[in-house]
Amino acid sequence: MRIGISNKPETDMTKRETTAADGKNIPKEIKKQLLHYMKLTREIEYRVEKVLYRQGKIVGGVYVGRGQEAISVGTGMLMRENDVVAPTHRDMGIFLIRGVSPRRIIAQYMGRKTGVTQGKDGNMHMGDLKHNIIAFVSHLGDNVPQAAGAALAMKMRGEDRVAFCYSGEGATSRGDWHEGINFAAVHKLPVVFFINNNQYAYSTPVSLQMPVKNVADRAPAYGIPGDVIDGNDVLAVYLSAQRAVEWARSGKGPYMVEYKTFRMTGHSAHDDAGYVPREVFDEWKKKDPVERLEHQMLGAGEITNEELAGMASEITGIVDDAVDWADKSPYPDPEDCLKDVYFEK
Amino acid sequence: MALTTYLEAIRQGIWEEMERDDRVFILGEDVGVYGGAFKVTAGMLDHFGPKRVVDTPISESAIVGAAIGASYMGMRPIAEMQFIDFISCAFDQITNVAAKSRYRWGAGVPIVIRGPSGGNTHGGPFHSQNVESFFLNTPGLKIVQPSTAYDAKGLIKAAIRDEDPVLYLEHKYLYRRIKDEIPDGDYTVPIGKAALRREGGDLAIITYGAAVYTALEAADTLAKGGAETEVLDVRTLAPLDEEAILETAAKTGKVIVLHEACLTGGAGGEIAARIAAKAFDFLDGPVLRVAAKDTPVPYSPPLEEFFLPQVGDVLEAARILLDY
Repeated sequence: MRIGISNKPETDMTKRETTAADGKNIPKEIKKQLLHYMKLTREIEYRVEKVLYRQGKIVGGVYVGRGQEAISVGTGMLMRENDVVAPTHRDMGIFLIRGVSPRRIIAQYMGRKTGVTQGKDGNMHMGDLKHNIIAFVSHLGDNVPQAAGAALAMKMRGEDRVAFCYSGEGATSRGDWHEGINFAAVHKLPVVFFINNNQYAYSTPVSLQMPVKNVADRAPAYGIPGDVIDGNDVLAVYLSAQRAVEWARSGKGPYMVEYKTFRMTGHSAHDDAGYVPREVFDEWKKKDPVERLEHQMLGAGEITNEELAGMASEITGIVDDAVDWADKSPYPDPEDCLKDVYFEK
Repeated sequence: MALTTYLEAIRQGIWEEMERDDRVFILGEDVGVYGGAFKVTAGMLDHFGPKRVVDTPISESAIVGAAIGASYMGMRPIAEMQFIDFISCAFDQITNVAAKSRYRWGAGVPIVIRGPSGGNTHGGPFHSQNVESFFLNTPGLKIVQPSTAYDAKGLIKAAIRDEDPVLYLEHKYLYRRIKDEIPDGDYTVPIGKAALRREGGDLAIITYGAAVYTALEAADTLAKGGAETEVLDVRTLAPLDEEAILETAAKTGKVIVLHEACLTGGAGGEIAARIAAKAFDFLDGPVLRVAAKDTPVPYSPPLEEFFLPQVGDVLEAARILLDY
């Protein structure tokens, strides 16, 4: 089923920087980590969406960020341990970089007692204050005031910390997105707003989501800088995030960066995205962020095919172990339903 | 001991907690430079500084959301809603984030959301509401409504110290009309415990907020006719002091539940249902509710007077029960 839309989804992007020159400044070791995390993100999400969900081992919703891995990983690599992050549902890379184990993540998806929320919530609705990750809620945009509040606490206490806040382009239509950014900008809080513009919110193309071309076109309205970056170029993502985080960390207030990308799946596992013209998927397949970095590193002699094979097999091993561990984990006891509504001594 | 208004008691409670614990801070509209629309936070900006008293844009949802985010960082925010009516703008952050946070992912939200509620002040539909029942059906929240200056101070301190999100609903009609002797020194009033305002064996009025005074006035009138009325001030709507409620119901057998919020869906229904289920054998008549009419709060004085539950309405219900 194809829904007639007036604009084709964005295929060329406004770049505010290139990576050709700057990419050389990123150490090889960082690039390897970027590649590793993108591949790990992709493999976990593949298993969750294409295997476990199809096997009926995951019930309810499954939301993955296929094709958008460069955004959570490229920005996430800038997080210091005591920075605080408020991710959204397509930011699996954030959890992995933060050290949340693949075992606990798969168990979370499978509703087991050993999952990140012990069965209390499902799929990407998870968080862990020990890892400084704020759990998101389904009401998109709600995380923005929360990230602003975390940054407010940091500023009040004079801490050298930054809050990282993620939204899709759909979330930017909600009032809380506006309120949170406005509040952060007025009070010059140390928070960075990273926008994953994957051009579809469920079946709603960006042309029905907003009248402006770029989310970042709104940044001047808040008096903050707003960059538009190729979200499928992880090195461009990394450098742009570095600049934004530096800005916020130095006390200049919030910074917004919009990453243009494309959602290479349906909204969720049950959605075949029939409303997206097939040629658009083909166009974006050519810009795959993982393949791009691999290609670039191979060409520059920064990695070998053997190393790539080693990385792939290591990742397969990690995810096999995680799935196995999660599948063997117990479900929560029914009466756990009653626990932790209120503080218990 | 000092004679203190209800408003001053709240102010003192907040002030003392700000001194006691530097994680406590205030955010809201006009709370700083202006000292709050009703002057509850007067003097606090000068004394505690702009890091502890934050003037926000008009953004109730962000005010609550930011309070939540700050509480994740270990702070103890007090978020003011300039009039509690505006809390509806923050309904999502309160019910879907604050209330569910500990349950879903073990992250407590020790925030207080407070604001002036209630009518009888010519405020009209948006400056007079009682909002407790909008939130009663959301597990994870605590809701308190003090009626005395003593309780106002004790409960705001308890709310600030509580590890869970607390809606602290202060009644604007009582701000300067109620004065109590309150002790010097630190004290708290426990959340979840009712207070007996008047003892009696013939009839009970279970109530809270400004309606406590309506109940006491009705009790005085009834006493002249020889009936002794017990007045139980629940003080906390969530969690309800079920033990005290059932004890009062069992003791008297005739119960009126009185509140200023509208009748249908009001907290009175919850109280009445619990009494009917668990004290049925002791009842000597139906549990009657006296509350505001099921309309928005009207502005013009004769309309508002008709709208609000008056002493006469309580006496009418009492007559029915005493004659039963």
